Amino acid sequence: MIQPQRTAPISVVLGAIGSIRSAIIPAIAVAFSGIGGAGRMLVAIGVVVAAAIIGTLFSYIAWRRLTYTIGEQDIRVESGVLSRSARSVPYERIQDVSLEAKLLPRLLGLVAVKFETGAGGGEDLALTYLTAAEGERLRRLVRERRDDGQQAATSTDPAAPSTSGDADEGDVLFAMGPRRLLRFGLFEFSLAVFAVLGGLLQYVDMVTDIDIWNGDLWRGWLEEQGTIIASLGPYAQAAGATAGLFGLALIGLATGILRTFARDWGFTLTRSARGFRRQRGLFTRTDVVMPAHRVQALVIGTGFMRYRFGWHGLSFVSLAQDAGNESHVVAPFAQMDEIAPIVAAAGFHLPDERINWHRASRRHRDDTAIISALPFVVAAILGAVLAPLGVALIPLGLAVVMAGAQLYAWEFRRHAIDPEQIFSTTGLMSPTSRIATRQKLHSVEIAQGPLARWRGYATVHLGLAGGSFSIPGIPLKTARILRVSILDTIAATDYSQIDAPLDQAFNTDQSGLAANLAAT
Amino acid sequence: MDKSSAPTPVDQPSDDEGELTRLHPNYAHALRVQAALTAIPFLIGSLVLETAFRDQAAFPSGIIAGPVLLIALALIIRIPARRYHARGYQISADRLRVVRGLLWRSDTVVPFSRVQHIDVHQGPLERFFGIATLTLHTAGNHNASVALPGLEEALAREMREEIRAHIRRESL
Repeated sequence: MIQPQRTAPISVVLGAIGSIRSAIIPAIAVAFSGIGGAGRMLVAIGVVVAAAIIGTLFSYIAWRRLTYTIGEQDIRVESGVLSRSARSVPYERIQDVSLEAKLLPRLLGLVAVKFETGAGGGEDLALTYLTAAEGERLRRLVRERRDDGQQAATSTDPAAPSTSGDADEGDVLFAMGPRRLLRFGLFEFSLAVFAVLGGLLQYVDMVTDIDIWNGDLWRGWLEEQGTIIASLGPYAQAAGATAGLFGLALIGLATGILRTFARDWGFTLTRSARGFRRQRGLFTRTDVVMPAHRVQALVIGTGFMRYRFGWHGLSFVSLAQDAGNESHVVAPFAQMDEIAPIVAAAGFHLPDERINWHRASRRHRDDTAIISALPFVVAAILGAVLAPLGVALIPLGLAVVMAGAQLYAWEFRRHAIDPEQIFSTTGLMSPTSRIATRQKLHSVEIAQGPLARWRGYATVHLGLAGGSFSIPGIPLKTARILRVSILDTIAATDYSQIDAPLDQAFNTDQSGLAANLAAT
Repeated sequence: MDKSSAPTPVDQPSDDEGELTRLHPNYAHALRVQAALTAIPFLIGSLVLETAFRDQAAFPSGIIAGPVLLIALALIIRIPARRYHARGYQISADRLRVVRGLLWRSDTVVPFSRVQHIDVHQGPLERFFGIATLTLHTAGNHNASVALPGLEEALAREMREEIRAHIRRESL
């Protein structure tokens, strides 16, 4: 166990394939461009072969030189060809271990093992390509070692149900079948495919003779098409336009559905003694475990359309990152009655009817309305003076719309506080709610700009590990009361800490934070 | 406002109305010197421009350097004093409150139990004036580090020890 180990040998092949893949587009470009004359096909093949040889060589050397050691206290990874680097991560600093299997490694039965330390950025420890069994073994090992280190702490874990035995088998909290995914995909309407096409065009422009940004090319094409369209009757033109829009909508829907299926296929969230485990992905299969006590806050988001149908998405905010996002999606598309059990399992609770919601200050509402309308009013005045009559009406209308939107948004901007938690909701047509535990906050700031000072309101920023939580535009007095009560909660937790053994919640903070430091 | 579960500690009055402790007067001087150092390149630049355009007809002398000098004087004489008066802190048994900002006011409270580590930092200017900056680092993304500049050096170290003692007591 103490011997340094290597990753799976077959990852050399994957590394080589990776470098071939990055060489293939330039190779195609060379093949179809004017460079190199008649021999360009040969050049293109040469590029690919060279990439394969160099890639294999490099990934073999890198594989030879990378070893990992499963120690008593930590995991050590030594790597580097010319300059060696050794990184050590103690078990108790590991936030979670996630297994990720992209399509190709998955076919070969390999996984990438990532140890999240909460350091943020790319500073986490990753072992690319172990066999799936080894990855699973490693994950279990890390978990056991970590728990050995904090036995006293985990034994009092209030959130964990008293199930013992195999840590990975737990109750399924949330899962999405194909029907649900299809419905989810319909709401994920996206025209991103056009952005991708644009990017491809630019690439073609860069490596070939065709000048994409040459206006004449397109004008010629448009005129040609234009004469054809003009020769059709008005009905045919209208039908064509409708068909075009319909096609656009269809492409958007199809993109959304495909992306959703690829990302969330087989979405399963399970709750076990150790925490939450999420598996998803059609081509790239990921398997993430999040300890329940590391959840710092919850975010319930939604979208303009899906909100009308009662669909919401739930994410956990923690120090660990999820594929670049600051929080882990645990239920991307669910009804509130499906979200409630997950929230409860995480040790949080949703606001009930008795809770006392507070709105943002009316002055703040008026000010934001005026400020958001101001640029358009200025434009309207300029238009009235300089432009022909009627032009000024457009910005004027926009000004009214902006002001109205802000006034309406106020209806949704509210916050509440109860003995354990703090809630905040914002959003115009699709409210986003945040729920944080008062205990797990780290600082409270009352911020005021010049306008806010004059008008007597403030923004409260709460220090939340791994995320942000702020309540804008509440009256200064409310902000002060809010701060005092939150700080008292934090203080109250502390006093009990002095006598009692380490409480889970406190320990969470400490180790989570220390992880942050350890990694810096 | 519901605060039923939070027992207000007896020795902890709500600290919003409390009197702020002023920073060391040398902090205002340090700010002033800093403003002067920042202003020097701009003054030189304006003088260079001034000489460059000197021969131009219809170019009254001082049209560039004059305003720059006025702004620099305001920044050196007036603003540091106001900034100094806008700043303050308040330390109690278990938390530190830092108030700062002239136009954009910010009023931050950090409970000691949430402090991850503490820095006492002195730049060359601060060393000359015998003051130091105390920085509390927390784990929150917002206010990841809260800096309190302009403390007398001995006081800053003393505060650091106090806060550290508090943290150690917590983690026992």
